[in-house]
Amino acid sequence: MINVENVSYTYPSGINALKEVSVEIEDGAFVAIMGENGAGKTTLVKHFNGLLKPNEGNVTIDGINTRELSIAELSKKVGLVFQNADHQLFCETVEEEISFGLKNFGFSDKTVKKRVEWALEILDLAQYRKTSPLMLSGGERKRVALASIMAWKPKIVVLDEPTLGQDQNQKERLLQFIKQLNTQGNTVVLVTHDIEFVAECNPRVILMAKGEIVADGPAKKNLTNRRFVKKASLILPQITQIFNELADLGLPKDVIGTYEAKQLINNLIKGEQ
Amino acid sequence: MILLPIIEIKDLSYTYPGLSKPSLSNITLSIERGSFVTLTGPSGCGKTTLCRCINGLVPHFYGGEATGEVKVSNLSVQDQPISELAQHVGFVFQNPENQLFSLSVEREIAFGLENLALPREEMKERLEWALDVIGIEDLRQRSPYELSGGQQQRVAIASVIAMKPKILIFDEPTSSLDPLAATKLFKTISRLNKTLGLTIILVEHRLDLLSTLTNQVIVMDDGEVKMNGKPIEVFGSPLAKLIGIGIPKIVRLYQEIANTGSVTKRPPLSVEDFTSYLRSRL
Repeated sequence: MINVENVSYTYPSGINALKEVSVEIEDGAFVAIMGENGAGKTTLVKHFNGLLKPNEGNVTIDGINTRELSIAELSKKVGLVFQNADHQLFCETVEEEISFGLKNFGFSDKTVKKRVEWALEILDLAQYRKTSPLMLSGGERKRVALASIMAWKPKIVVLDEPTLGQDQNQKERLLQFIKQLNTQGNTVVLVTHDIEFVAECNPRVILMAKGEIVADGPAKKNLTNRRFVKKASLILPQITQIFNELADLGLPKDVIGTYEAKQLINNLIKGEQ
Repeated sequence: MILLPIIEIKDLSYTYPGLSKPSLSNITLSIERGSFVTLTGPSGCGKTTLCRCINGLVPHFYGGEATGEVKVSNLSVQDQPISELAQHVGFVFQNPENQLFSLSVEREIAFGLENLALPREEMKERLEWALDVIGIEDLRQRSPYELSGGQQQRVAIASVIAMKPKILIFDEPTSSLDPLAATKLFKTISRLNKTLGLTIILVEHRLDLLSTLTNQVIVMDDGEVKMNGKPIEVFGSPLAKLIGIGIPKIVRLYQEIANTGSVTKRPPLSVEDFTSYLRSRL
């Protein structure tokens, strides 16, 4: 469980990125942190694995204050996949990249081998095992970064802008992968402004603006609220825009996903016939 | 007089140096003056490479082996230096930080103009014009580095349009922008297309926000052009789904419900079109 209590953080440059932020993320939760560029989303999640320590307030992971743990200890529990994969890739082959963290954590050779195979398989990277990560496309490099963190099976997985630069097929695969992780009991935290992606997976949504949390609740509630959405520099999901125009037909306004929209409209059409 | 297309590509194939597989194979297409073209397709399909062929970075900068013909404003790209082409084709990159380097927005925009060796008066005129068209007069003294991603992208566009190109290419310009900033940017691009008549080529995965602004959609896959038509034709085709492009949610929802009755094959592209279609079926 992640517990953020009255956390403020100012970068050495003077930018006040978090202002008395409090949030609790329970084990097994599925959370999307959304908001405009510079809202403080990435700064917040960097506190989860101890990359940043609060100036004021406390962050605890499973009850232990992050000030008392090293980044290595925290990383075992909290895996953070950066927005720009190039910031975390440095090995000569994809295989080495994925095994690097595992070896550092002191896993046996046999376990390392098994975990690497597993990660290559689930992220569809087996054909690139001997390839240099730098030769891969942006989308593929992001999957390598994700694989290298998934390999040590952290309980909490934080993904910073995972859909950026991904095409439609890759997004759909990513969506399946995230849902599977969450079903297996992992806590999944997404940092994103891909509103249409979030609308299809319906997580808890934390909206941020200017270093503060402006709303925290179900996607269905937060992403259909014009005021919240505007504050966070987002726009209403396309499905919601449609349902806003159809309220006179007795349809609900708080619809965000394609599946629910299809059910409601099909029922309406059948009912009329 | 017959107006020639502003871009004409015939049988273009291209392989980067050191690679054995071509990145582009037998591309033939033409783009009319004043079009707003959206270029899309899976990652690695050759979209960016095709754009580089239009502004001459391929083959002048990247080298490699190109066959076929690319003509821009009836000039053969192979025979023109990049500096000459820069006055016909402006290129705005994915990440504006990669193309901004000056200490003030004004200096940034003036830089390209100085390289054209224009008279001082004309430089001033173009600088003011570009600031005005993009609506960033208030940023003129600011440093590009302290601006937001959306503002930086606007500065990059202003510095490109100051060169007065007839064609503007954008390579995934909104990928790091939040949805509100992305919507604003698309509207600015649409305005440049409609009021100045600039030909736009926009490489993009996010098609939801574009379907009502663009008038030609080109879908690439595996180095080839697979589809080329009006948005309504391309988004409604089963092939688009098969290739895996980001078909707008409105079109997808329409396709899901369309199965329950007899409907036309032309999908709605806007919220208004969708709701009036639905009401007509009730």
